[in-house]
Amino acid sequence: MPESVLQTFTITRLEILDPAGNADPALLPSLSGDELRRLYYLLVLTRTFDARALALQREGRIGTYPSVLGQEAAQVGSAFALERSDWVFPSFREMGLHLTLGYPVHQLFQYWGGDERGQRTPDGMNVFPISVSVGTHLPHAAGAALAARIRGDRIAVATYFGDGATSKGDFHEGLNLAGALRLPVVFICQNNQWAISVPLLRQTAAPTLAQKAVAYGFSGIQVDGNDVLAVYRATREALEKARAGGGPTLIECHTYRMADHTTADDASRYRAPDEIEAWRERDPLLRFERFLARQGLWNEDYAAEMKGKAAGEIDEAVRRFEAIPPPTAAEMFDAVAAELSPALKSQKNRLA
Amino acid sequence: MPQLNMVQAINLALREAMARDDRVVILGEDVGKDGGVFRVTDGLYEQFGAERVIDTPLAESAIVGAAIGMAAYGLRPVAEIQFLGFIYAAFDQLLTHAVRLRTRSRGRFSCPLVIRTPYGAGIKAPELHEESSEALFCHQPGLTVVVPPGPYHAKGLLTAALRHPDPVLFLEPTRLYRMIREEVPEEEYTVPLGRARIVRPGNAVTVVAWGSMLQRTLDAVTGYDAEVIDPMTLSPFDSATLLASLAKTGRLVIVHEAPLTGGFGAEIAAIAAAEAMLMLRGPILRVAAPDLPVPLAKLVDHYLPQPEQIRAALDEVLRY
Ligand SMILES: Cc1ncc(C[n+]2csc(CCOP(=O)(O)OP(=O)(O)O)c2C)c(N)n1
Repeated sequence: MPESVLQTFTITRLEILDPAGNADPALLPSLSGDELRRLYYLLVLTRTFDARALALQREGRIGTYPSVLGQEAAQVGSAFALERSDWVFPSFREMGLHLTLGYPVHQLFQYWGGDERGQRTPDGMNVFPISVSVGTHLPHAAGAALAARIRGDRIAVATYFGDGATSKGDFHEGLNLAGALRLPVVFICQNNQWAISVPLLRQTAAPTLAQKAVAYGFSGIQVDGNDVLAVYRATREALEKARAGGGPTLIECHTYRMADHTTADDASRYRAPDEIEAWRERDPLLRFERFLARQGLWNEDYAAEMKGKAAGEIDEAVRRFEAIPPPTAAEMFDAVAAELSPALKSQKNRLA
Repeated sequence: MPQLNMVQAINLALREAMARDDRVVILGEDVGKDGGVFRVTDGLYEQFGAERVIDTPLAESAIVGAAIGMAAYGLRPVAEIQFLGFIYAAFDQLLTHAVRLRTRSRGRFSCPLVIRTPYGAGIKAPELHEESSEALFCHQPGLTVVVPPGPYHAKGLLTAALRHPDPVLFLEPTRLYRMIREEVPEEEYTVPLGRARIVRPGNAVTVVAWGSMLQRTLDAVTGYDAEVIDPMTLSPFDSATLLASLAKTGRLVIVHEAPLTGGFGAEIAAIAAAEAMLMLRGPILRVAAPDLPVPLAKLVDHYLPQPEQIRAALDEVLRY
């Protein structure tokens, strides 16, 4: 009996913008000038939010904070493709996702300020609370997708996680379930190269994370995560496929964490400075600015105007956040159960 | 003798054990180059190399599961779980395998591993970074659960844990990591597992407290004739020390930062009720957190038992 080849596979990488901002016209998603400018504003808003959050942390006005610097395109580009009826299961480093979806900005500050009332998603928005436990939310996405199918709703589910999360059992269980049941889930991995101090090489021996989908029977694609148009295009296609019954997709956004892991981390202990410098060239904002300029949609004045507008929006959110009175002890009990047990009622009375 | 904090004392215990015994290996997330997120393993990677201080993928079940295999093979793994709140994925490995390997194999295989993890609230960190779910683990037959109170005892208890023939869960109260400095001998010593210590002698009431509640309890009992017991090992629990104290005081207050219902205080109360019933003069009182998930920074002070609550419990039991 001769040996035979049962399977071979290829993994594609999608990149639309080159570092100079030139686009491959065949791959350009059809977005209007207004939509492109909206994307730009959201990138600027995310960066502005991030810088302010870091400053507030340093001043002791919020707690530990995980910066999204460098990952704006992966978040904004993918979130821009979502429909309002889609369901979203984020991890903890997706402020660009929240901002793109229109999550109240002051609530993001509130959450990172140590007040969980910030995690109450406004009614009508289908965004799950932040999952601090890495990767444990992936099966939830599969479950919501299964429920949508049972209900006959033509929606898709997106879930976000990092490269570190791909090592967790829940990653494999979530992807396997979604594959086996052909569920409408888009798994969006922000491969920012590091899980705190552990580099991708130490996380997996696989040369791409996208290929992990192959083992679960669906497709995976790597996109240049610093190219907002590539991320948008890949996500939109995956979401459409999911809504049309075509099953799940894994999208690996190849990007880089420019900042420390969190404000409690010191990346200089484990990461060479020239690595960061090399990625600076690939700044997602710069690249998109160059593209927009070529389209006649961007100049310095416009950039300044957008930065001013974003700063104003963030200022207002910080004001609103800081004007909220701190929660009272009684409020600790408000959401623990639909109805307080007699024991909890007496505990509440004792503390309030 | 150097004055060390608990992070340095635990680091020293690990360093000495690794130097002495090449079976001792460390594994976990960020324990290598980064030296652990609290720097507990700082410098060990440089000293002992990547084969003995192993940065693992981000996978708690794999960390504990692999440690079980390593232990059965003859090594002495010390697995670090970055925060107790992230051990839950490894709960399966711990309960299904670690604590039963000896029984299941009728003694042919054993599982001498130590799992170290930061534990407890009060550092104003994100969700799941402040858990105190020790009772979940104390319920597992075959698992030794240790909560060191400070640098000196941490070093001695960890050294004992590293020689223990069965699995040990070593819960390091995060709030105490850098709070207390003590003289810590550089030579090797052990503090025996399974034995409580009387931190402060007294005659009117026995107070049992551990972890970050111990210091708060010691402050709260100023002015009371209270005997304060620190179990150090929660499971197996040293009832003899408790009962001897109750014979003297006849009153018992238990303080813990975990939620009240089903907390380890309930077990201590049950021991006292069963074995010291006729010595007791008043009700056994527990001072604990409410039955809620640990809230974020803005509310955590309301959640943790406060000194006034401890004193109120003392006043109440002293009325009898
Ligand atoms: C289950 C679990 N283990 C450990 C941690 C501590 N921790 C927080 S973030 C992190 C690294 C996560 O890396 P990755 O998934 O790549 O996401 P990134 O932080 O790079 O965005 C670790 C180890 C956690 N939050 N959850």
